[in-house]
Amino acid sequence: MKIHNYLKLEFPSRSVNEALARSAAALFVLPLDPTLEEMGDLKTAVSEAVTNCIVHAYTGEVGRILMKCRILDGNVAEISVKDWGCGIEDVAKAREPLYTTGGEERAGMGFSIMESFTDEMRVRSRPGRGTVVVLRKRMGGGSGK
Amino acid sequence: MKISGSYKGGRLTLSFSGELDHHAARDAMKRLSQKLDAYSPRSCVLDLKGLEFMDSSGVALLLRTYKRMNELDGTMCVRNVRPQPMRVLDASGIERLIDITGAV
Ligand SMILES: Nc1ncnc2c1ncn2[C@@H]1O[C@H](COP(=O)(O)OP(=O)(O)OP(=O)(O)O)[C@@H](O)[C@H]1O
Ligand SMILES: [Mg+2]
Repeated sequence: MKIHNYLKLEFPSRSVNEALARSAAALFVLPLDPTLEEMGDLKTAVSEAVTNCIVHAYTGEVGRILMKCRILDGNVAEISVKDWGCGIEDVAKAREPLYTTGGEERAGMGFSIMESFTDEMRVRSRPGRGTVVVLRKRMGGGSGK
Repeated sequence: MKISGSYKGGRLTLSFSGELDHHAARDAMKRLSQKLDAYSPRSCVLDLKGLEFMDSSGVALLLRTYKRMNELDGTMCVRNVRPQPMRVLDASGIERLIDITGAV
């Protein structure tokens, strides 16, 4: 598969970087001519992925987050968000709607939103090693260039 | 993220503007709780006309406000929600609990 463009962004797991990450992803996909709704959906999904690293992967510490954005064939944007934090024991369970280990400050909606706001979401995680979430979304109604 | 409030005849209207994510949520919840404690309103209107972005952190904030208003035996509604926050609220299903209407 051809990679038409890419961007790598590494930043510490500080909450101030949530807006930075989703805005960078939004600017990166702009040449694909996304609709406002596609743009909003992508920003929301990225915000969820990055927030999870900050809240869950690195609780009580500051760690490293790596966001990689790629443009693939067919006007597809791929965003991966990786951390080297605590990892997830049971990914299937974590992906269930309303499942949360975060108490009343969290809704348990993050994975459901990432899944329904993109075309594809893959999650790989190893307890004690970290987690990577890969999101793919076709932009601009898939019209091509 | 800014919250401004006005109170009249038992009704507290809180207007949100900016972006409500995890970064903004903690401070927003604190200021919101202070306002609810100060007025103990019979009804609380959250006006989201100026809210440009919201993710699941905002859903949790709305749910906590809803619970707080229930404790006060009051009612709560959410008004003037823009399309992006509306997609998130739709996905969350909290419209079953909370009276929400979109921006016109
Ligand atoms: N990067 C991560 N590292 C470790 N655990 C994670 C990570 N992402 C998610 N989790 C686990 O998966 C659970 C579900 O995540 P999800 O985003 O769906 O909900 P939440 O973050 O708890 O709540 P919300 O997203 O609504 O604020 C989390 O509570 C946490 O236990
Ligand atoms: Mg989450």
